[in-house]
Amino acid sequence: MKLSLTTTALALVLGLAAPALADIKIGATISETGPASFLGDPEAKTLKMLVEEINAAGGVNGEKLELVIYDDGGDPNKARTFATRLVEDDEVVAVIGGTTTGTSMAIIPVFEDAEVPFISLAGAIEIIDPVKPYTFKTPHTDRMACAKIFEDMKKAGISNIGMISGSDGFGASMHKQCLAIIGDYGIEVLADETYGPTDADMTPQLTNIKGKEGIQAVLNPGFGQGPAIVTRNYAQLAVGLPLYQSHGVASDGFIELAGAEAAEGVRLPGTALLVAGLLPESDPQRAVVVAYKEAYEKATGKPVSTFGGYAHDALRILVDAIKRAGSAEPSAIRDAIEGTSGLVGTTGTVTMSAEDHLGLDLSAFRMLQIEKGGWKIVE
Amino acid sequence: MRLSSKATTLLILAAVIAIAPVFFPSSYYFRVGSLIFVNGLAVTGLVILIGYAGQISLGHAGFAGIGAYACALAPVHLGLHPALAAVLGALLSAAIAFLVGRPILRLKGYYLAVASLGFGILVSMVLSNEAQLTGGPDGMAVPELGLRAVLKAIGIDLSNTEFWYAFSGLVLVIGAWLALNLYHSPTGRALRALHGSEVAARTVGVDVAHYKLVAFVISAVYASVSGSLLALQNKFITPDVAGFMHSIEMVTMAVLGGAGSVLGAILGAAILTTLPQVLTVFQQYEQLMLGLVMMLVMIFMRAGLLPSIARRIRGRAE
Repeated sequence: MKLSLTTTALALVLGLAAPALADIKIGATISETGPASFLGDPEAKTLKMLVEEINAAGGVNGEKLELVIYDDGGDPNKARTFATRLVEDDEVVAVIGGTTTGTSMAIIPVFEDAEVPFISLAGAIEIIDPVKPYTFKTPHTDRMACAKIFEDMKKAGISNIGMISGSDGFGASMHKQCLAIIGDYGIEVLADETYGPTDADMTPQLTNIKGKEGIQAVLNPGFGQGPAIVTRNYAQLAVGLPLYQSHGVASDGFIELAGAEAAEGVRLPGTALLVAGLLPESDPQRAVVVAYKEAYEKATGKPVSTFGGYAHDALRILVDAIKRAGSAEPSAIRDAIEGTSGLVGTTGTVTMSAEDHLGLDLSAFRMLQIEKGGWKIVE
Repeated sequence: MRLSSKATTLLILAAVIAIAPVFFPSSYYFRVGSLIFVNGLAVTGLVILIGYAGQISLGHAGFAGIGAYACALAPVHLGLHPALAAVLGALLSAAIAFLVGRPILRLKGYYLAVASLGFGILVSMVLSNEAQLTGGPDGMAVPELGLRAVLKAIGIDLSNTEFWYAFSGLVLVIGAWLALNLYHSPTGRALRALHGSEVAARTVGVDVAHYKLVAFVISAVYASVSGSLLALQNKFITPDVAGFMHSIEMVTMAVLGGAGSVLGAILGAAILTTLPQVLTVFQQYEQLMLGLVMMLVMIFMRAGLLPSIARRIRGRAE
């Protein structure tokens, strides 16, 4: 008795007392603050909004959801501690999170050891390749973006391209993935340039590319402000060849940053969410993305983002799995997630299998073209 | 029999580490505990540098980064056992500290702080940018230490978090023991003398430059071992470990708890490691609270939490 009193007192003092019990407890560790907050913030808001929505509609299998959410600030070490806490202390049945590749990779061992299903919101292919039994993810990989771009190039009869890539994590990873599959499309890279994440002028690299004989198009894998500067310099130099950007800049912010005039005609792979209003009525994703976009913008007063969409899909996959499993046992949920089939999300239609813990194909991406400061679907 | 202050410190430390698990409601607390010990070890090194020798470094996370990445890289590229890799990391850190320390320890005060800051940022930049070697900002996996399996084979079956609690606790006690020994050694006395007054120390024959360098190298090894422990425990490492914020955190822990006292600095590490866990509800205010606590400690308890409180208690007793 005395011991348990001391324990309780100690736990209270440390502020670590376990919260009240709920029916189905799911966890999340998200980078709401810190350098990755532009990813994590919409993810956290989406999860909170959807859990409320689901509970208002009667919960899952008649039981209410409880979301335990921690902010890891983008620090993999903190994320690891929160992951341990979710599994060991909060005893959640499944976890969504890992906003960045670093945080995701750092926490995967925790879930694999504890046998708790985990759905990552980060991009890298390493998360699900090789397949780990309890780890899943929702965002498409860089490799898929490359494939989508190369398909479009092939259709346009382009076989020689120039590449200018950011040397940051995203740019470098996509550059590598693109080069790994480019041979399958019979496309050759004649000029391969890079720029630093904080560079303010890419004219020299683009001049090099412009000067190379035979280049038919330019591809710019990059993230943040770099691609906007490339786009502006590209227009200033009047290179005159088709410019392809990556899914990393598929947002309205990119058009603003690059300027509508410079961005005119730029092509990039984006998700259905970005062009929710432009989707035809017959599109299977239309209902889902429009509903999410409206709910999110109403709840937060902010424009919807692709990243929030990743969290949306993760929660939908999880809830769908719990429903089908008819139980909230971690191992039953895991099996059900793996059995996800034809679930329509914001990033695409998800069909998982024992070999594929992502479940998206190239139809997840839409080839978009920027026209008069807006988006146009081109396929 | 009256125990020496060294024995008392070690006894308190060992007793707290051994008894605390009785009160742990779940194994998550072992994780927090082991993080405290890992941070405590790095901070103990800073006690030698800041508390004993009176030199400031804002780049010690750089050494933690070297220790951490040694454990990730050496097993893959050199085929070393992770434990040997940690030793290699410590040797490498010592060598780098020696080379870097020689010129920068000629600087004083702010200049020394800024130079060490530059070193820390340099390491973190190399780790982020040499992606083909280090995996870049996305980090890389670290192999298993394998000691847990050995223990299991001889009948001691510990869970992962329990093992790391015990292991890093043990390393911390050893680290504290070495630091306390140093305090009472001729080297420790020389360090304290140059802390008091470099000129006075020089007049009585203390080789100031040499002893500053000794303190810098020793504290670098502490930071390196702490980085290795973190990497082996997490089995995954990113350049954040060498980041600027980590350096600042270490110094803050030391100053908060009391840079002149090993136990105080470990207390500082304990407080700052648990704070983010306690304040999850007020995540946005974490930095604010931290700043407030630091200011109050600096104004009212200039020697740091533990030494100030100990002095007050002693003052009342007399």
